[in-house]
Amino acid sequence: MNNIRTKILKVVQNNSKMSTKDIATVLGLDESLVIHTISDMEQEQIICGYNTVINWDKTDDERVTALIEVKVTPQRGEGFDRVAERIYNYEEVTSLYLMSGGFDMTVFIEGKTMKEVAQFVARKLAPMEGVLSTSTHFVLKKYKESGTKLEQQKKDERLVVTA
Amino acid sequence: MRNPLSDKVIKMKPSGIRKFFDIVSEMPDAISLGVGEPDFDTPWSVREEGIYSLEKGRTFYTSNAGLMELRKAICDYTDRRFHIAYDARKEVLITVGGSEGIDVALRAMLNPGDEVIIPEPCYVSYLPCVELAGGIPVTIPLKNENQFRLTREELEAAITEKTKILLLSYPNNPTGAIMERKDLEAIAEVIIKNDIYVISDEIYAELTYNSGHVSIASLPGMRDRTIVINGFSKAFAMTGWRLGYALGPAMIIEQMTKIHQFAIMCAPTTSQYAAVAAMRDCDKDVANMREAYDQRRRYLLNEFKEMGLPCFEPYGAFYIFPCIKEFGMTSEEFATSLLKAKKVAVVPGDAFGECGEGFLRISYAYSLEELKVALGRMKEFIRELREKHN
Repeated sequence: MNNIRTKILKVVQNNSKMSTKDIATVLGLDESLVIHTISDMEQEQIICGYNTVINWDKTDDERVTALIEVKVTPQRGEGFDRVAERIYNYEEVTSLYLMSGGFDMTVFIEGKTMKEVAQFVARKLAPMEGVLSTSTHFVLKKYKESGTKLEQQKKDERLVVTA
Repeated sequence: MRNPLSDKVIKMKPSGIRKFFDIVSEMPDAISLGVGEPDFDTPWSVREEGIYSLEKGRTFYTSNAGLMELRKAICDYTDRRFHIAYDARKEVLITVGGSEGIDVALRAMLNPGDEVIIPEPCYVSYLPCVELAGGIPVTIPLKNENQFRLTREELEAAITEKTKILLLSYPNNPTGAIMERKDLEAIAEVIIKNDIYVISDEIYAELTYNSGHVSIASLPGMRDRTIVINGFSKAFAMTGWRLGYALGPAMIIEQMTKIHQFAIMCAPTTSQYAAVAAMRDCDKDVANMREAYDQRRRYLLNEFKEMGLPCFEPYGAFYIFPCIKEFGMTSEEFATSLLKAKKVAVVPGDAFGECGEGFLRISYAYSLEELKVALGRMKEFIRELREKHN
């Protein structure tokens, strides 16, 4: 059973657009089983969402991404979770991870301009209770995201018919 | 002026693939399902090892048989994956692709007039290589109803006093057929009884989708009468690196090495260094590619079922071999008109031997998205053909 879940997850991880019929075909499973399994995994929040990998640089939209290293004081009885919740509830925060090593949390923030991101850090994140320090790094260019190379217009260079 | 050419070579028929290649090449916007090589890039760890070897200036000849480090890595790999032990010093020859291995093995083993049994459909080089080596090819037309496996009875019927070698090729190009342990055991008995040798082209060994590949050399009594041909092209997506190897008894490998030494010198050094990484670090890459092929294989099989084209389930390589006899056209006519009407290129089955007539070789070394488009067009084509017939 777990094996089937893993197989399905591996397929949808790379292509969340694939229909349940196709998933069933390529894995040699019944479509009804695929539908059930996916819906169970959604209920159990194993599958938490379906995102799209977008290269915003190719659009007219202005966007900046920043990675912020945050040091925090864990709260009695709640560890880091309480601070984490306060941070991730902001819409500007796209990802948040608790880290091992020299700082405690990695926060990814998206904003329209550098100024907007800087203001978010200065006004919301840095003064937050439990946050000791922040260090902001702006992303200059994205090459690969969620396993997908963002610029990969590769032509099929194979000979069209070979033995 | 005298004719500069050899009669033997003039008599050699050009590959049936070549002819079709020329037709397809004139249609740049056609979708091709005709390739015999992976769509994946060589795993990055392998490419990086190649680059590193160039940076280090490792650009000299290696020993004739190949880098010892690679020969050892191949022996470890073969033992780990297929449970056959070979001595890296005397029983391995690194070749320029599996193709060279086949050619050199034949040349090392054949005397004029020796017969070589070749089950068809098969890879296009076997027959001409046997002829160039002075042997006489004896073909066995394999049957769709046996899933293109070689049976004991078929083999027995083809054996004569002059039979020296059976050229076996499973998983098979073009049919995708495999031979399971029980199938191999049945023919091994015949092989041993008749004192025949086997050249076993196992280049697609890693691409087996049911229970895992069984090499005929791993059966009792077979190791000493088998030359296993394998390589990096298919499983490791390394076709352009031109690297393969032959494994077998020292007595035969030694003579093969002699020919290789005079004809080739040694396989490309950069490729050999890179291949060490393939043998050691790439099990996961191979597994991922195998899983991707397997998914496409199931997808195609299902599509052909929906089209109502009879097709046995292929468990190996990356080809599927549906039957098109219901349309009353030859494979070539079918492939040509599919290409003209829908711009989809497939290879006529008879390019791999006469008994491939009435079949098509369809490669699934393409992304699922590409396959979808091509199969959609094929579906249309078949529907229109059937409408015309009724």
